[in-house]
Amino acid sequence: MVERELVIVGGGPAGMAAAVSAYERGVKDILLLERDQYLGGILNQCIHTGFGLGYFKEVLTGPEYAERFIEKVKSIPAIEVSLKSFAVAMTSEKVVTYLHPGKLDTVKGKAVIMATGCREKTREMIHVPGTRPAGIFSAGLAQKLINIEGLLPGNEVVVVGSGDIGLIMARRFVLEGASVKAVVEIQKTSKGLVRNIVQCIEDFGIPMYYNHKISRIYGVDRVEKVSVVRVDDNYNELPGTGFEIKCDTILISAGLIPENELVEMAGVRMDKKTNSPVSDKLNETSIPGIFVCGNSCKVYDIVDSVTRDSVIAGKMAAEYIGSL
Amino acid sequence: MKQYDVIIIGGGVTGSAIARELSRYRLKVALLEKEIELAFGVSKSNSGIIHPGTQNPPGSLKAKLCVEGNKLIRQVAKELGVDFKEVGELVVVFSEEDIPKLHELKKEAELIGVEGVEVVDRDWLKKNEPNLSDEVVAALYAPTAGIISPYRLVYDLSENAARNGVRIHTDTKVLGITAEKGKNFIIKTTRGEFFAKFVINAAGLYADEVSSMVGISDFKIKPRKGEEFLLDKKRQYITNHLIFPLPTKVSKGVLIIKTSDGNPMIGPTAEDVDDKEDRSTTEDGFKKVVTFVKRMVGAIDENDVIAYFAGLRPVAGDDFIIRHEDKVPGFVNVAGIQSPGLTAAPAIALMVVDILGKNGLALRKKWFFRRHRKKTEHLFALPFSETLKLIKKDPSYGDIVCRCEMVSAKEVREAIKRGARTMDGVKFRTRAQAGRCHGSFCTTRIMRILSEETGVPLTEITKRGKCSCIVKKDRRDG
Amino acid sequence: MTKQTMICIECPRGCVLKVDAENGRVVKVEGNGCPKGSKYAVSEVEAPARVLTSAVIAEGLSLRMLPVRTDKPVPKTRIMEAMEEVKKIIISEPIRCGDIVKKNILGLGVNLIATRDFDRE
Repeated sequence: MVERELVIVGGGPAGMAAAVSAYERGVKDILLLERDQYLGGILNQCIHTGFGLGYFKEVLTGPEYAERFIEKVKSIPAIEVSLKSFAVAMTSEKVVTYLHPGKLDTVKGKAVIMATGCREKTREMIHVPGTRPAGIFSAGLAQKLINIEGLLPGNEVVVVGSGDIGLIMARRFVLEGASVKAVVEIQKTSKGLVRNIVQCIEDFGIPMYYNHKISRIYGVDRVEKVSVVRVDDNYNELPGTGFEIKCDTILISAGLIPENELVEMAGVRMDKKTNSPVSDKLNETSIPGIFVCGNSCKVYDIVDSVTRDSVIAGKMAAEYIGSL
Repeated sequence: MKQYDVIIIGGGVTGSAIARELSRYRLKVALLEKEIELAFGVSKSNSGIIHPGTQNPPGSLKAKLCVEGNKLIRQVAKELGVDFKEVGELVVVFSEEDIPKLHELKKEAELIGVEGVEVVDRDWLKKNEPNLSDEVVAALYAPTAGIISPYRLVYDLSENAARNGVRIHTDTKVLGITAEKGKNFIIKTTRGEFFAKFVINAAGLYADEVSSMVGISDFKIKPRKGEEFLLDKKRQYITNHLIFPLPTKVSKGVLIIKTSDGNPMIGPTAEDVDDKEDRSTTEDGFKKVVTFVKRMVGAIDENDVIAYFAGLRPVAGDDFIIRHEDKVPGFVNVAGIQSPGLTAAPAIALMVVDILGKNGLALRKKWFFRRHRKKTEHLFALPFSETLKLIKKDPSYGDIVCRCEMVSAKEVREAIKRGARTMDGVKFRTRAQAGRCHGSFCTTRIMRILSEETGVPLTEITKRGKCSCIVKKDRRDG
Repeated sequence: MTKQTMICIECPRGCVLKVDAENGRVVKVEGNGCPKGSKYAVSEVEAPARVLTSAVIAEGLSLRMLPVRTDKPVPKTRIMEAMEEVKKIIISEPIRCGDIVKKNILGLGVNLIATRDFDRE
């Protein structure tokens, strides 16, 4: 089995920042595994602006922010990038098994940093009853369809939840010629950034329903309509407040969950509620030498903070390797 | 002219099992399915349990065919390369008072020929099913219960039937049947007319309507909805057995099910509905099921539920209806095939062939019947050593498409080569999109592979046929 | 004189700005946490504009859609028009992040630029 100083799983903003940071603190043998055919992770589909003000002191789009780190990573020979490499297992001994076309490899790291990002809550997780037709998307999937594939998921859209990706996608749909009928948020206020409420929702006159929820989805083949109802502060439906919205598309934007199945497999102690490792200290796990950073550690609002904390993870891994 | 000896209406597990059985004989056989793919009706929401035969009243067709089917399915699974696991089941009770009921069930089971059943106590349960709650005082253990993938069974049965000469017509809905006295049936469909000497009605939820087309209207199919909830694959070993409560009059109750895909499942509910297409799920059903199963296994956590769906059982009274309609010679009804229909399917197929023989169909065996089918590989079911062998044979086994359920590009392409035409078709065959992220990450890749392999434009890729397209517009089309 | 409040969108902080204007010209801004805030208030009152981000069709290149943005804000009232222009563009030559995809969109003196490197397939 190949042994490396540091193995990093995930080539998005967190993994790249951690790699560069560990290198700058003396780690000279780093393997960075990325499952996609490009580095950059989810930033590649976040083509809107709003990134980098904290870290680079200028306003960038997602791909531009990623590009700066990609350049940096590529310029460091000590960081070996392995693309289309999909980690499928990890042990407490820091042995990572990964697949890529034509190969199944195992590698043991002195330290491992998991930068595996997060996934979106699904319709099932927020318990929306009704039928299961085509036309129900996570906001992130809709973003990928439009921005990466050039495919428009639907013409009449209702957004469930007001997370940032949902707000940004509401605007994106309008720009592509679709009509966004409503954003329905069960809470009193939005979870998204205020600037996104202004520039994505108010700019385009999209109706925003706070304290409301989707009580049912209708449609056999494709979504046909939803029923919406007002709720009280305990999320109980208020009788007589229901109404229907005709639509062919539903976007779910109800929050994110850290993606930590591999660290869980390795035996790291997990917080079941948040799906992140239990730890007193940022980026650390219950197994010394296994670190978690970026959105797999905790869900961040902005990428600049991911970078900041992942730099710390790189430093922690370097110190750990140095102490061995 | 589309002239056949036998036409089977309905491409679920019943129709497919009959098709394969008939393909052993020198006959021209066709199977007609109204949906775009097979197994898209009742069979798609089956629990995948191969029942031992317990909990069916002695003397019923259900009891007889279930016990026979449980024996037959092992051979069928082996020949077709479908995974069958004999995991055993436990019917649990929460109070000492109910233990005599377990003995009653045991007696009934033995009467119909179920082997190996025994009543087990707390100590046995502690050792063999440690996650069971302390409230459980005893259980009936039936070791011959097993699990299988219901869709893969349908796809593999029908694929093997097709290889042995059966013509399969999907997207072909039967609109009317005329019986020409003593000669032929004329079956009018959305894809033209078909002619057959014998017609088998295995139309699931619509069996009553198909039967009415030849004037037999003495039964009605009442849909009984069941909502089921799938847990994360991480919880694969939450139980070692299938866990049942004591059965009630209408159903076998809410169960904890092991599935052949690894993900445990909880459910189903049982609710009579009017609409044959009502597969909606409810908040109430979810709460009921979670509360109920937690009493049996406290470790089940509702946060581990990653998916849910509802299926409709085609109920026609208490028992299966399997009979030749003497008033319409050549017409065989196979209706009301609800639980334990999946288990019984191979036995039903034998029974139907026997009925056909007795009613004038000449049954001459082919000199060569291809009984075997090459096993479809699934990475999630293999140890890494086996995965490595596959990757060496074909590099695209190492190209992962679905990360939650570990499905490779090779498996997706293979599924399409074997007949998948829709996103659901790919999902049922491979589990891609069926994991915890619900296809957020792999949908676009699967759409592209489907488009590449079938030549269908991205805008025409559907979830399950008809108007269920995934996207409405391609920027490239202007 | 008109008084209005608005939320600054220059950064994720979202300062609440109190803006006084006379005859359509801003005379006073309060509540901004940095100089960007007052600049935003002026442009929002006098000539509201937004940077437009989108993607254009790519042919024979690494991926199907090249992400793009305008190098300067586009007047809000012209955004949908600008989008129509964006939708017509097809690029088929490799391009670097920052390169101009289309000059002077709608004659507004604003260029559309690539926000990612794209190579041949």
